[in-house]
Amino acid sequence: MLANILKGALIAGGLGLVFGAGLALFSLKFRVEEDPKLEHILALLPGANCGACGFPGCRQLSEAIVNGEAVPTKCTVGGAKIAGEISQIMGIKAQVILPRTARMKCQGDKENAVVRAKYEGIYSCKAASQISGGFKQCIYSCLGLGDCELACPFEAITMVETGLPFINEEKCTSCGLCVSSCPRNVITLIDKEKRTVITCASVQRGPDVRKACKVGCIKCGVCVKNCPKGAIHLDPILGNLAIIDYNLCDNCGTCVEKCPTHTIVQYMEVTESTCVS
Amino acid sequence: MDLLNLFIAALLVNNIVLMRFLALCSYVGMTTDIGAALGMSWAVTFVMVLAGAVTWFLNNLLLIPFGLTYLSTLTFILVIASLVQLVELYLRKSVPSLYRVMGIYLPLITTNCAILGVTFINQREGYTLIKAVVSSAGVALGYVLALFLLANLRERIKNSNVPAPLSGYPIVFIMTALLSIAFMGFSGMAK
Repeated sequence: MLANILKGALIAGGLGLVFGAGLALFSLKFRVEEDPKLEHILALLPGANCGACGFPGCRQLSEAIVNGEAVPTKCTVGGAKIAGEISQIMGIKAQVILPRTARMKCQGDKENAVVRAKYEGIYSCKAASQISGGFKQCIYSCLGLGDCELACPFEAITMVETGLPFINEEKCTSCGLCVSSCPRNVITLIDKEKRTVITCASVQRGPDVRKACKVGCIKCGVCVKNCPKGAIHLDPILGNLAIIDYNLCDNCGTCVEKCPTHTIVQYMEVTESTCVS
Repeated sequence: MDLLNLFIAALLVNNIVLMRFLALCSYVGMTTDIGAALGMSWAVTFVMVLAGAVTWFLNNLLLIPFGLTYLSTLTFILVIASLVQLVELYLRKSVPSLYRVMGIYLPLITTNCAILGVTFINQREGYTLIKAVVSSAGVALGYVLALFLLANLRERIKNSNVPAPLSGYPIVFIMTALLSIAFMGFSGMAK
């Protein structure tokens, strides 16, 4: 009886000892030498593994930074603060990056945009936009089925009743996943301090835009004439769509008042957390 | 022919997930997309075949001669856990590319019941070493097949209109049940 108990205990304990010792020896022999900087940088990164930097996760980005393959500013989610700290660890000088946010280039909600068909299919903008350019008259408009809401890992985008996404500027980390998720390209990243946005992406002629949407850019050029800084021009490549040069724009708001179709909007300062227009 | 019979039996007739109902946790948890499902199932295959061979030696050289088969649960878990750790260390140092693919799944496998189940089946049936390895490989590929099938189904159901009370796990369970019924058709094909 006692011999049996002893035998069992010896074999089980012996096996444990052998495997434990074996693993310990093995881990000594196969230890991977890691740069201590890697752990520091990994701890600084947000850890969301969102993939906006182009790497699969935060760990891969920190490996690339340590190897000098990526710049510390690569993580847009972490922003300037983290970029500075990582640069300090790496002993290099960080560039200054201004915080950016996602902005809508379309105001074609249920009220403004003309709908030309009823869509009953897979509930996704990508699917809807493939069927003869989508169910709205304007083929450049937001379809409002919420692909960007699904893509946003930070819950900064919510679809509101009007049928457009609302971007919460405080939560937005400018990772750019919504930009690439949008089949219509109506989301863009703009510096947070630049608050004047032309909310139309249509390159169609003025009369066609008028038929499709109440708030589309009709290429009239009033904003160009009235801008005191000369920051707006009609881009011939984009079918004369008005474009703001943000190097010159100083948020004066003249164009917002003059635009006959109210296509240009000025976002309020974020302190009051206000809604679009 | 005998080995082929054994292999088919392990792969389809007694499919570890759909007929024996083992490893359901990783089956449901890791099949949200095809990439993760395949990564997990290859890692399981790798460990399962290795564990099948190693536990055969342990069973026949140590446990049976000393009359200690009642210790098999304890010692098999010990072997599988150490094996997984060993493989992880080795891969990390020697094959980093493979480590990146399998690495995150390996720790999950240490407590995977399919692997322990296979070692017990091998022990109970009294297989020879070759038979044990073939049977483990069959079971492992059966696991790959089951995960791959469900992952594909789940990718497709993402874009369908599932009734609200059934969305999420309930529909996955229903799909699993239907798959399981389909696999019952294999019974009698091999023994």
